[in-house]
Amino acid sequence: MDLENQARIKELTEKYGKDDLIVVLGGAEAEASGLAAETVSTGDPTFAGPLSGVSLGLKAYHVFELKDQVNADVYDEQISMMEMVLDIDEIVNEVKTYRK
Amino acid sequence: MNYPVVKGAGYALIQASGMLVHYGTTQTTEGRVNPESEHLQKLPGHLRSFEAAVKYPPNQTYIGNITPDGLSNIPRPWYENPINDADRNGKYGEIMPEDEFIGLMKIVDIFDLVVLEEKFQASVKEKLAAHPILAGINKFENMDKNISAIDEIKKMTDEHLALPLYFEGKLVGCVKKAHEFDDALSAHVMFENLVAKASAVFALKLLLAKSGLDKEDIDYIIECSEEACGDMNQRGGGNFAKSIGEICGCINATGSDTRSFCAGPAHALVEAAALVQAGVYKNVVVLAGGCTAKLGMNSKEHVKKGMPALEDMLGAFAVHIGENDGINPVIRTDAVGRHRIGSGASPQAVMTAIVTDPLDGIGYKITDVDRYAPEMQNPEITEPAGAGDVPQANYKMIAALAVKRGEIAKADMLNTVSSFGMPGFAPTQGHIPSGVPFIGPARDMILSGKINRAMVIGKGSLFLGRLTNLFDGVSFLIEKNPGTIDTGFDKELVRKMIGEAMSDFAKSFSAE
Amino acid sequence: MLEGKKVAILGDRDGIPGPAIEECVKTAGAEVVFSTTECFV
Repeated sequence: MDLENQARIKELTEKYGKDDLIVVLGGAEAEASGLAAETVSTGDPTFAGPLSGVSLGLKAYHVFELKDQVNADVYDEQISMMEMVLDIDEIVNEVKTYRK
Repeated sequence: MNYPVVKGAGYALIQASGMLVHYGTTQTTEGRVNPESEHLQKLPGHLRSFEAAVKYPPNQTYIGNITPDGLSNIPRPWYENPINDADRNGKYGEIMPEDEFIGLMKIVDIFDLVVLEEKFQASVKEKLAAHPILAGINKFENMDKNISAIDEIKKMTDEHLALPLYFEGKLVGCVKKAHEFDDALSAHVMFENLVAKASAVFALKLLLAKSGLDKEDIDYIIECSEEACGDMNQRGGGNFAKSIGEICGCINATGSDTRSFCAGPAHALVEAAALVQAGVYKNVVVLAGGCTAKLGMNSKEHVKKGMPALEDMLGAFAVHIGENDGINPVIRTDAVGRHRIGSGASPQAVMTAIVTDPLDGIGYKITDVDRYAPEMQNPEITEPAGAGDVPQANYKMIAALAVKRGEIAKADMLNTVSSFGMPGFAPTQGHIPSGVPFIGPARDMILSGKINRAMVIGKGSLFLGRLTNLFDGVSFLIEKNPGTIDTGFDKELVRKMIGEAMSDFAKSFSAE
Repeated sequence: MLEGKKVAILGDRDGIPGPAIEECVKTAGAEVVFSTTECFV
């Protein structure tokens, strides 16, 4: 995960607290999405960025998981085509593991 | 209407393992935050030889010795299925080793910034003097200038006056800073700019040699890499294009630089097509050199997964756009796709703007295009890094759009993808994979009647510059030449105009 | 779940970009406090 983005997420968590802040991902692949979810919950596993060894405990969701909460027309316009392109199950299963 | 045509394409690859290790941003960042990093220690063990880079099937595809369709018949991993009788010379280009390239950087350096160790300089001079395309290049005499002892080079790099250059793990030279305190002329910036210039010079020399275009016939050069050349008062002042044309002897050309991240080449080709069609210039060359920062960008994952560090190639290209000759494939300037500022960022909005809007404009369906060339990144590089197969994802998006528009059934999506898709074969050099690597093969496939049309797509991540959240995308169609040249005189139209004029005259006469 | 929450968006250029996610989560009553798009190529 990009180092500047790690720094921003860290700042935001300090400002809003981990219970009020939710991370929403748009990753194309399970592995990269999982890596981002892991980074914001238990820390940067690649030990490259500001979240190395920092466990923020944030919950991350892939936008595919939020379909039921989003206005159906907006979801259709913004996201639906990618449901045909990306492997939703694989991505969602991977992201979920970091919320346990 | 006379559309402009694609007259030729040249492609260059340079293996740059030393630059990967020392100047790829993944490595420089790692060195800064974690100097004892396991990755930096293991990386040298994953570098491949020049021979391995030449035999690597995607590299052979890039220089035109294998077609993209031929590449899809070679089993993956490609690095375990080398082309054993491969040649560094290809139909459209060449693969160059790092030592010769460092020599070329010295040749194109007009400010005496590249300093090489004596023996290294002599050995490289000999190789370049025997090079079929580079022997006799302008400024070859630079290879006799400011020869240096290794101690002097070491002193300059130790004192941070210069950036060290390595070949096969050994210090062989350096690039000096070009100003005492101007950051835009620092050793690092000058190094990146000289790499971009030298690799683009190589691509242009290859284009001239392979296509027979006379260097003095070039009217305009558009450079479209992702580097910035200038000084502290005009950081992106330019002009790479003219500096490249100067070395290649294009005395009648002027030029300029066009930027739009990875979409730069697609913009530049549309501009070139427009300039030619409007009659402003007859022969325009669009070109770009390679980028050292992206070398080894995903190498952490490659090393972790026990693979060779495949991102050791600098890429460069040069494409010649000329006036309609009735033979070469045309660029349909009436079917240019563009992601507008107001198009929106959703993938379907982007693909609609780039792919279907231009097709709708001329009454084509998605499946009327035989091949799409979006971002042709080699999947063997991106998949292990969790970035997926980028061209395949683009093909699926185009097919999904066809499903949404009711042009194909959902069940036919994968068949459609394999009918218009190709494997990615370009190095992850940002602007280099962006559609342009297919222009050479597309021209041949259209000329031989294998396909009728292809769409070249460039996409750019403008948001990385932190000035906007916008995305960018540009596309254009290349199509079989109808075989006629519009001479500008339309007999039928003239007959009609005379008829109308006489009829008007008769009417006014009878009214009186 | 999103109602009244602050949301930080990490979009992906080759997946769902940040601005597309923004449009979606806004309709669920969340406040977007950060939105970015990553590029892996």
